[in-house]
Amino acid sequence: MLPIREGFILSGILFTLGLIGVLVRRNLVFALMSIEVMLNAAGLAFVVAGTRWRQPDGQVVFLFILAMAAAEVSVGLALVLELYHQYKSLDTDAISRMRG
Amino acid sequence: MTIVFYASSAVAIVATVLMLTRLHAVHALLYLIVSLLAIAVIFYDLGAPFVAALEVIIYAGAIMVLFVFVVMLLNLGEQASRAERALLTPSMWIGPSVLAVILLAEFIWILMRGSARPMQAASIGPVEVGVTLFGSYLIGVELASMLLLGGLVGAYHLGWRKVPKTEVTHASHS
Repeated sequence: MLPIREGFILSGILFTLGLIGVLVRRNLVFALMSIEVMLNAAGLAFVVAGTRWRQPDGQVVFLFILAMAAAEVSVGLALVLELYHQYKSLDTDAISRMRG
Repeated sequence: MTIVFYASSAVAIVATVLMLTRLHAVHALLYLIVSLLAIAVIFYDLGAPFVAALEVIIYAGAIMVLFVFVVMLLNLGEQASRAERALLTPSMWIGPSVLAVILLAEFIWILMRGSARPMQAASIGPVEVGVTLFGSYLIGVELASMLLLGGLVGAYHLGWRKVPKTEVTHASHS
């Protein structure tokens, strides 16, 4: 038997954990890692749904999520490095003083 | 193989919670990698071996290497040696090691069962995924390539640093 409902529950738990991480942690690297967890949870939901109906579309969408996560991480980490060189801190509260 | 699914789910959730509660970024990265590996086991168990391999190779391999690079770049400074010493304490390695050993035990158990077949009889292999990806989702592939090109250009532009001219001429002469 396929644990479809349990798969969706796991996906929801992981997504919620990632959301909590984004909201609670004040470190930019931790925020990026939590975003990775959320993207991964969404991909897990897609794969579980694709398995439920025996279609490869869920895995295809997971590939797109993978490509999007790679692009997002490269730009995000470049931004983190730039902000660290400007502010000497990874605290998101320090960056909230930015104007523009 | 429901037990493999539940054990991997528990490992994924525990690793994610421990990741969120770490203070040091490298420790959090260790737990995040364990969480991604657990989700890869779940993918294999659900009958998606191609996606499981990609999860290990790209997520736990490539993307996490980017994170490790950035964390090590940010760690340069007067506190780097202290951080290194804190990283080498064996107590920090126990948690990820235990979770990884659980995943390894599941892996060995799957192999020892003789049949490398996941939970359902008809798993969706790489062939179906590839045919669908380059068939009806061809526009999506093109858009993903443009997105990756945009990410490359953006990261290059953001990471570009103005070097002094004397340094450049010196480097070109030598």
